[in-house]
Amino acid sequence: MAELEQKQAGGKKGKKKGRKKMSTRIDLTPMVDLGFLLVTFFMLTTTFSKPQTMEINLPVKPKGEVKEEDQNSLKASKAFNIILGKDNKVFWYLGLANEPIEGPIETNFSAEGIRKVLQEKNASIKDMVVLIKPTNDAIYKNVVDILDEMNISNIKRYALVDIAKEELDLIKNIN
Amino acid sequence: MPKVKIPRKSTLIDMTAMCDVAFLLLTFFMLTTQFKSDESVIVDTPSSISEIKLPDTDILNITITKDGKIFFSIDNKNFTREKLLAKISEKHPELQFDGREEKAFVLTGSIGVPLNQLKGYLALDESDRKMYQQPGIPVDSTNNELGDWIMQGRLSNPGVRITVKGDQGCPWPVVKKVMNTLQDKNVNKFNLITDLEADPNKLKGI
Repeated sequence: MAELEQKQAGGKKGKKKGRKKMSTRIDLTPMVDLGFLLVTFFMLTTTFSKPQTMEINLPVKPKGEVKEEDQNSLKASKAFNIILGKDNKVFWYLGLANEPIEGPIETNFSAEGIRKVLQEKNASIKDMVVLIKPTNDAIYKNVVDILDEMNISNIKRYALVDIAKEELDLIKNIN
Repeated sequence: MPKVKIPRKSTLIDMTAMCDVAFLLLTFFMLTTQFKSDESVIVDTPSSISEIKLPDTDILNITITKDGKIFFSIDNKNFTREKLLAKISEKHPELQFDGREEKAFVLTGSIGVPLNQLKGYLALDESDRKMYQQPGIPVDSTNNELGDWIMQGRLSNPGVRITVKGDQGCPWPVVKKVMNTLQDKNVNKFNLITDLEADPNKLKGI
């Protein structure tokens, strides 16, 4: 800016005598270029968001034999079982595996699927306990999704349980 | 006919302000940046609505890849990794590490080799180590080295928090084995690392 004005004021070339006054202005363009290059570099390498975590508490493993009467018995009518199967399949039933009160019914992970059932049952059954039973064909994502559903539906009482053979037979009949 | 002279405006712009902004941002990013640790394994974590943030230090992480390999890593606050390696060679007298291997252990990311291969793995060059396909830490009931790692890791840094970072597609039996191992070692509270997902309850409110 200033350089150009100076030239205009100076008139014709070569006529000026004595020392040429050098402009104190420096072209900052390369410096800005460099600055933004480094900004871009740091922006791309930085990890802003810390990973999210989900906290889970597992029960303490009992030491030695557990007596029958020490175990918390659960009313069959309050046990809501979720079975996680192959290929993201979800099955649910209420009650015991050998005499289910309701189900088993296949559903999915969508909002209209297991979430709706969970919310309905949680409202209608007092002190419902959800038993999550992943089969060996289930993947980790299914389990995290189901644990997430517990948080979404605000269900406080749930447990991860190993699947029994009767339950595998139960879902086999549906397929 | 005299031409109408339009006074020519200079095309030069004063860059000072822009320069100021650029360097302000640069300083900000330089001070806040934390470089992505070079992970030897790529893991795509599942998403959840949980919003608990993970601290940077005092973390003992167990990574499970899609094909069910298990990796172990621990951060090096207060020389935890040096202590850990010393504890490992104390427990396994056949494993003695020289200075170079110790240094490699401190600098390397996740460990995914059985104990009997650890020395060989650490002796590799850094570039070779990155290329090396680690087989994963064994968690079989007969040879549960992950349990050892967790045990020694907690002894090296008693305030450590245990996290499990599993891939979406990793099979459940592997995760169950890891969880059982944790329970065996009396770790009943741990964190699963997940991505953030929108909470449908909150979305309704909008």
